Amino acid sequence: MQCENCREREAVIHLTQIVDNTVTTMHLCEPCAAEKGVETGSSVAKFPLGDFLASLGKSGGSEPTEAGLDTPCRACGATLRDFRQSGRLGCAECYASFESHLRDLLRRLHGSTRHLGEGYAAGGVRAEAPTLTPREPALDDLREALRRAVETENFELAAELRDRIRVLEQAWTSS
Amino acid sequence: MDLQLIPDGGLGWLEASGPLAHIVLSTRIRLARNVTSAVFTGRASADERRAVLDAVDAAWSACPSARGGMRILLDDLDATEREVLHERHLVSKELMASAGARPGRSAAAVYLAGSLGAMVNEEDHLRLQTLQSGFALQGAYAALERLDAELGAALPFAFHHEFGYLTACPTNAGTGLRASVLIHLPGLVLTKEISKVLQGLAQVGLTFRGLYGEGSEVVGNFFQLSNQTTLGKSEEELLDHLGKIVRQVVSYEEQARQVLRRDAPTIIEDKVWRAYGLLRHARSLSFEEAMNLLSGVRLGVGLKLIPGLSVYTLNKLLIFAQPAHLAALEARSPNDPELRATRASYVRRVLDEEAAARP
Repeated sequence: MQCENCREREAVIHLTQIVDNTVTTMHLCEPCAAEKGVETGSSVAKFPLGDFLASLGKSGGSEPTEAGLDTPCRACGATLRDFRQSGRLGCAECYASFESHLRDLLRRLHGSTRHLGEGYAAGGVRAEAPTLTPREPALDDLREALRRAVETENFELAAELRDRIRVLEQAWTSS
Repeated sequence: MDLQLIPDGGLGWLEASGPLAHIVLSTRIRLARNVTSAVFTGRASADERRAVLDAVDAAWSACPSARGGMRILLDDLDATEREVLHERHLVSKELMASAGARPGRSAAAVYLAGSLGAMVNEEDHLRLQTLQSGFALQGAYAALERLDAELGAALPFAFHHEFGYLTACPTNAGTGLRASVLIHLPGLVLTKEISKVLQGLAQVGLTFRGLYGEGSEVVGNFFQLSNQTTLGKSEEELLDHLGKIVRQVVSYEEQARQVLRRDAPTIIEDKVWRAYGLLRHARSLSFEEAMNLLSGVRLGVGLKLIPGLSVYTLNKLLIFAQPAHLAALEARSPNDPELRATRASYVRRVLDEEAAARP
């Protein structure tokens, strides 16, 4: 179907309006629809959830530094930057790795951070902390983050990263 | 894979036996759960997704709630079959897309047992769900809670002492519970009260979506109302709150219908009968048009203007007149323009049969 406005492109938006009990339907291509101020599904889809979540996480006092954005989760290697882009965390352990940032975000999203629903204990016993095997990429990510931290003279973070790298390296050599 | 093998097609809710079924089509609740010590689906490799599926498989088959159930692997289905499951609200758009993006290696699956089900390797490892007829929040949750407890005993779920159940997207953390009610609001749309109602929903922490959930358009005056937040309130509080608001919206809708009947009886009767006439006789129907006409007819049935037409038949048309359902029937692509004629003839046949059965 052709766009009713420009008569050039394929109509992909079908706008149904009811004005004074009369229903009219317009068939428009995306650019023409946008011109008429119709919010199209694709323009909504292009708005990444990650950015939205990131903007919610801002101004919360725990805004991560540039280097902090690239600090990987100790279990899965995902970073806050990944989270900003995809809107999805990498693993359950990310909640511990990025705890202060996520606590802020959860408070903004839900108005609370405290789970008041039913409790859970795996297999009838208290659930243990997830035991993920660290993976090689995590180490690479950490080294990269360390390099950046040194470059930006964020020595406090660098020291923390150095210690984490040591622990991981030892874990591998001893296993 | 033969979708006919699904017990009652996963469509038990169509029978319209639930409370307020003329306005509330269905109640759906889902719980997001993840298995500890496995990365979330979005970051998982094919092997890791497969491992999650295997773990769920073992746990599911030991669940008393899942007895007599079945498993459907999305990797075994073609695109139209996956779409059919989506149109039945058994598979989310996300799960369908995941299977489409990783042909043969998604390990995306859906388990079904009566009105209970579970999606595997969706955004979260597990999305436990139930779909019931009418307005039935408490009953739906009771059934789902049992399944959750049984699966949770067999699989270690990711749970945090403060944040509750941990989910890939923090918007679902805590209870992981999203309850939604599919509701038909033509009265509020026609009286132009709907925007006020929808704005009000946001203020009380609820949200609305179209027929197919997240990111879908509103067609045929069908709205899905659901809780916005999942953390900081107990499951019971979340359900009570949604229930209270839905009851209120239902009563607004009923008032709007009374107003229409009182102030514009001819316009309403004409609208309802025109919709019915078109459905009985049209030779070509687009999906949107069919949905809008079905909305008019459903309003007529609710106002007792059209005698002898059952809500069950209307529910059935709502599902089976969808593109993939017709496409599967006719072995065509869901985008085939010829489907409009198929749709019109299917709708005519169903309505003719119903009219013939009338005394």
